[in-house]
Amino acid sequence: MDKFDVIIVGAGLAGLGAAYTLADHDLEVLVLERGDYPGAKNVTGGRLYINPIRDLFPGLWENAPLERFITHEGVTLMAKERSVTLDYSGNELRQEPLQSYSVLRSKFDRWLAEQVENKGIMVLSKTRVDDVIKENGNVAGVLAGGDELRADVVIACDGVISLLAEKSGLRPPGAPHDYAVGIKEVIALDSGVINERFNLEGTEGTARLFVGEVTKGKFGGGFLYTNRESLSLGIVIGIGDAMDYTLPVEVPLLLEAFKSRPEIAPLIKGGSTVEYSAHVIPEGGFKALGNLCGNGILVAGDAAGLALNIGFTVRGMEYAMASGYFAARAVLKAKETGNFHAETLRVYKRFLEESFVLQDFINFQKSPAVLSNPRFFTHYPELVGNLMKDVYTVPEGPKSRLFPIFRKHMTPGELWAIVKDLKHFSKI
Amino acid sequence: MTEPMDLKAKLGLDVFKPVREPHIKIRPGREKDPRLKPALRLCPAGLYSENEKGEIVLTIDGCLECGTCRLACGTEVLDWNYPEGGTGVQFRFG
Repeated sequence: MDKFDVIIVGAGLAGLGAAYTLADHDLEVLVLERGDYPGAKNVTGGRLYINPIRDLFPGLWENAPLERFITHEGVTLMAKERSVTLDYSGNELRQEPLQSYSVLRSKFDRWLAEQVENKGIMVLSKTRVDDVIKENGNVAGVLAGGDELRADVVIACDGVISLLAEKSGLRPPGAPHDYAVGIKEVIALDSGVINERFNLEGTEGTARLFVGEVTKGKFGGGFLYTNRESLSLGIVIGIGDAMDYTLPVEVPLLLEAFKSRPEIAPLIKGGSTVEYSAHVIPEGGFKALGNLCGNGILVAGDAAGLALNIGFTVRGMEYAMASGYFAARAVLKAKETGNFHAETLRVYKRFLEESFVLQDFINFQKSPAVLSNPRFFTHYPELVGNLMKDVYTVPEGPKSRLFPIFRKHMTPGELWAIVKDLKHFSKI
Repeated sequence: MTEPMDLKAKLGLDVFKPVREPHIKIRPGREKDPRLKPALRLCPAGLYSENEKGEIVLTIDGCLECGTCRLACGTEVLDWNYPEGGTGVQFRFG
């Protein structure tokens, strides 16, 4: 055979989501993955929200190797010498259908690739795609390991640093302020110990975010997710922010400092680090999305910039799987007419606009600007921390009344500044 | 108390398949370019260092292929690529 119908670059969630959707449609599809196996080059915090994608992949979820279902959502304002934590838990988080699960990519992606292969689609690992093949202004295939592989359409799912999106002219190299880097340790810990330490029953899990001193006041934060038999612990720091001002310490040392915090150290005690990883995350939101299609090419997942920080959580994996699904549907539509030009493939963008994917991006398009307010990372952790410190202090002499304590910290100037911040917050 | 882990020790936990030749290179002549400075602090694997001559040096072993240096420094000073298929870091957990 001299030509495939579709070549998918990248066997991550977008690529495999697209392949899964194209299966059973009698097309010649090839998925190319540069890692030793699907998942070998992927990293998540992280956790996957199922509701938006459950019905796009019916039947997939019963046997999916997901870690723990999240029943506790924590946020910690971390000041220099103290912290304040909020923990939310609700009965709805314990009832089917379960909302989200912690996940480990190597296991999950590999399993998903097996499901794709069971449906008859070839997934070729250890194969790096070096370029797209262009003919008469159309993408006509890819160049991999010196071989030309031709196809009617290419779906580029090659991750956050998408060299294919750049080489096919769909986007320029990214700007530092539109990205953050996450660094992470997977720390093995007995599941019984995890349940005890985090107040969990069975395969319940917790997701925690930390903001403030974790990143020395720069944009970003810390995260902790419980997996079945390990913890995912790490930090995320905005690349542009880390460059703008002199970061007092190297990024890897920020993770060590986080691990040494009195709030964290007891949680990981007795655990052993089994993996150290890092990955860049798109943070630019709607305005930073590149072109989603060109002649003979579609872009999905992180390669299209489809990750969103909405403050209480950061999401990317659902958008990856969903955009892979919609890219596949766009290809099936284009196949009806045999026309794979941008005008036909543009139905992909329409699918995304009509779905939760671009609706989320549009609704939260102000979140990069709102969330990059430095006061969240410096001022508020210290303010709330100091307020609580004074509330809880019982001195040698008389204890001061509570309202004056409140007034001491929440001065008219401070309250006014909070109102102004809330007005910005109203945009998300 | 968990002892602080050395960065090299952490990278030693990961599986790396040897690359034939470095997939990221500082472009010749750009070793003293100030645009490389952020990489000294931002590289999660600590692969960038400065020598006595004030030149930035990159040791590719232990690269986690995150993309931070490409974004922070730019492609004018860095010749950046992913390593060949089946080489480089292979995450066992992710």
